Amino acid sequence: MTFLHHYPKAAKVAKANFIVAFIALAIGGFFGFVQALHRTDVFRGFFNSGEYYSILTGHGVLLALIFTTFFIAGLFVWGVARSLDREPESMAFSWAWFWLMTIGLVMAAVTIIGGLVPGSSIRAAVLYTFYPPLQAHPAFYIGLALVLVGSWMAGLDWFWSYKEWRKDNPNERIPILTFMALFTMMMWYVCTIGLALEVVGLLIPWSLGWVTEIEPLLPRTLFWFFGHAVVYFWLLPAYYVWYAILPKLSGGRLFSDSMTRIVFIIFLLLSTPVGYHHQYADAGISVGFKFYAMATTMLLLLPSLMTLFTVVASMEHGARQRGGKGYLKWIGKLPWDSPAFVGCALAGIMFAAGGFSGMINAGMNINLLIHNTIWVPGHFHLTVGTAVALTFMAISYWLIPQLTGRELKFKKLALVQPYAWFLGMTLMSNAMHRAGLAGVPRRTAEPQYSGFEFEPIFGTMAEMDWQIAIGGTILTISLTLFLWVITASWLGGAKSDKPVDDYIPEPLSGVEHTPAVLDNMKLWFALALIIVLLAYSFPLWEMVQDGIFEPGALPRPS
Amino acid sequence: MHIHKFEQFWIKLSFGLIAFFIATVVYGFVSMDLKVIGDYQTIDPQGLDATPFGTPGVREVTRNGATEYEVYVQTLQFAFVPGTSSPITVPANTRVTFYITSPDVLHGFDVAGTNLNTMSIPGQVAKFTTIFPEAREYGIVCNEYCGPAHHIMEGIIKVVPKSEFDKSTLVE
Repeated sequence: MTFLHHYPKAAKVAKANFIVAFIALAIGGFFGFVQALHRTDVFRGFFNSGEYYSILTGHGVLLALIFTTFFIAGLFVWGVARSLDREPESMAFSWAWFWLMTIGLVMAAVTIIGGLVPGSSIRAAVLYTFYPPLQAHPAFYIGLALVLVGSWMAGLDWFWSYKEWRKDNPNERIPILTFMALFTMMMWYVCTIGLALEVVGLLIPWSLGWVTEIEPLLPRTLFWFFGHAVVYFWLLPAYYVWYAILPKLSGGRLFSDSMTRIVFIIFLLLSTPVGYHHQYADAGISVGFKFYAMATTMLLLLPSLMTLFTVVASMEHGARQRGGKGYLKWIGKLPWDSPAFVGCALAGIMFAAGGFSGMINAGMNINLLIHNTIWVPGHFHLTVGTAVALTFMAISYWLIPQLTGRELKFKKLALVQPYAWFLGMTLMSNAMHRAGLAGVPRRTAEPQYSGFEFEPIFGTMAEMDWQIAIGGTILTISLTLFLWVITASWLGGAKSDKPVDDYIPEPLSGVEHTPAVLDNMKLWFALALIIVLLAYSFPLWEMVQDGIFEPGALPRPS
Repeated sequence: MHIHKFEQFWIKLSFGLIAFFIATVVYGFVSMDLKVIGDYQTIDPQGLDATPFGTPGVREVTRNGATEYEVYVQTLQFAFVPGTSSPITVPANTRVTFYITSPDVLHGFDVAGTNLNTMSIPGQVAKFTTIFPEAREYGIVCNEYCGPAHHIMEGIIKVVPKSEFDKSTLVE
């Protein structure tokens, strides 16, 4: 008996979300491949440089917003149903949010693809940050708003399950898998206030022509109210996997229940009031606010460093259970032949590297050296592009069998896949970081200029271009392997009552040592709202003093 | 609550690291004069003609008895004015203050390979001051996506020795 047999309804909802996630991953990943070839001038035959920006918008929206959101929804449906031992409360409600998100995604995708049709007036080459006054078709913003509302309803679905479960279990502690999901969603509710204000309050009326002028800084600021916390919305589900499942895959158990809860609480409190660190180079925001955001950002290193400790400690415990000895020799005893384990472990290693480049980004004045250079995508291809994406892919090798009741096929290919991703990303990301130090910009079709040459500090421009192109190619091969293994297993894997070992053991330091106050969701949610109000109310109030749409700029086609 | 002694040690170490990072930034601010762009002034992006941005270019000013230069730059789809069709020419070893804004969409103004890097946002004026230590040319890159020809938006800063600086190109 596995998840599918215990919770057939939840399995259906989770599977639907994973299907959408993987389709978005396939298309968005392919866009990334052709971009890597185009930017580096290795091959420019797929599209012209003006169309590059529609492709880039598709890459960002489909991977950063759609793949992540749908995968997270599927993962949390699994985790909440399993840990509360309940099917969804109402299938009608679950399907409502799923279809709302899907309709929204299709609307946004159509406007993006429209940019590739010659003469089309339906365009949305505004990238996934969609800064005005560049204007997309209204359906782009409305579609994104529907995805957002759908994700809110998904969160409500899990809170509903929790509420019903609580009636039957008045004295139980919140199971850790549900705890992490609910805290991630509370953070999501806090940060998406900014996005909702921006998209519904400003961009939709403006794109429909109800107002003509827009003040560019206000929506940009509201975007970053949401825009850094969204990073943690991607990352926390990866942490979810690292805390809840990775220790088991390594042969051990979670190190500490209470520290896990504390880490999620810190993320709820501090993820949102850091948005200004994406605006260090913006005029119109005082240095004081920027400094406050920087200090908060640096504090956010704490839960990630704590996670590093817990993950390594849990893995070491697992390795020792498997007979590992010595200070470092135990590493060899880890299950390096299990695709799910290998993917998570390599993702964790790359996240450490990404964390270090992130510390440079966070340093307010050092940041100016690399702001908006290709260093930044170099950084986030390690974090969201590997720590999150590779973890999601790896854990699919363990989750999809539980949801389909079928065993994994092509296990050797599945094992090659994370190693290939690691190799490809190492090539691509190191070159992107170094090119960024020379000043090569991000988000551009042709980073080759007529009037001057970039002067790299290490290596040559040609060598970096080749590493990006070859790295991107290896990543695409890895992605193809993943999609092949998953599709083949989903459709043709051997049916089994127990396709994987899905038992999750109790933590070493269990919930009996965890203070009850950590489970007080109302307290932590209220505190998170207060901290955000303190960080944002005054600067936003200052910004709208001269009128919400003033000083106004006219819209420009994208 | 039980926290393992190794974990306690690790948390203390983490706090130390965080304090160290914040200290490096503060040190950069006070000792190395590494400032960031702040809140300077708002401007009507549709009315730049009535401001110094209407005649963009390099101006000479005297501040505290010293000769300094001010550079007003408009970033627009898809050029720096000045910078693209003619270079921004300034003398070495002299204080130069840049004022940058945009009449249309968001742009970037990044002097490649340096930390002179700012967003150019319609409605806001970005202001920063620097001293170029040697005579040489720098490339300027627009590093924020600004439309379908974003990739052709580039410019040049030409830093010349003080003695060779030609004042006839200055804007009144």
